[in-house]
Amino acid sequence: MQLGRRITRTREGRFRLKIPPEEREILRSLPGQMREMLGTDHPALRRLFPPAYEDDPERSAEFERLMREDLLDHHRGHLEIMEETADATELDEEQISAWMGAINGLRLALGTRLEVTEEMYDRSLSESDPRYPALALFFYLGWLEEQIVAALLAGVDPAGVPGAPDPPPPRDGG
Amino acid sequence: MLPRETDLPSTDDVIEPDRLWIVIVWNDPINLMSYVTLVFQKLFGYSREVAERLMWEVHTLGRAVVSSGSREKAEFDTFRLHRHGLWATMQRD
Repeated sequence: MQLGRRITRTREGRFRLKIPPEEREILRSLPGQMREMLGTDHPALRRLFPPAYEDDPERSAEFERLMREDLLDHHRGHLEIMEETADATELDEEQISAWMGAINGLRLALGTRLEVTEEMYDRSLSESDPRYPALALFFYLGWLEEQIVAALLAGVDPAGVPGAPDPPPPRDGG
Repeated sequence: MLPRETDLPSTDDVIEPDRLWIVIVWNDPINLMSYVTLVFQKLFGYSREVAERLMWEVHTLGRAVVSSGSREKAEFDTFRLHRHGLWATMQRD
């Protein structure tokens, strides 16, 4: 993989994409694959639809019944924008946010399927691992997402929004 | 002597004692730390400092309370966090 920034924020607040053709090829194919998966009840999708109530399966099921379609539409919307702009060299904020959402959803599905752990981020990939291609894709997408997040964070006021609610105070874990 | 009421939160939300709900985000090995910070800033309008503090709480303690309020508000926040792929649950405080 060639290193070097793929995504930068322009002075006008747009987002420039410098992505080599072989990476474009992969990125172009992903939304369709993900859309197909979203139409199934594949277990790798569980992180996209977490239970809303930690200790109440009944209410969680009700919450999911009400929200699942909406969540699916939301993900499908991101995939559509990413697909439509797969060859773009510049994106606006809404489009790059859709890329981020699409890539994050892909990473959630892929990472769940690969049973990714925090320790795996510190280890180097072994090419003899049968999961190597999928893991390499997972980490590539994370690297790309990191750049999108940095570009978007640069446009968010570090002071926060005036009148935002007070955050909950720190608590002990447990 | 101060009346006891001054100890209570000043919001008129608090009518039934069991009405306060909290929204918890749980640690997971997939969402990026920078991404979680961005989501907290965007959804709740928190400052970078607060968003990062909450993100570190999630990362190191395994969970953090990120918002609270009525059941409706908690459901709304939980849904918005799910839309962003975060592992969020809600419960009575």
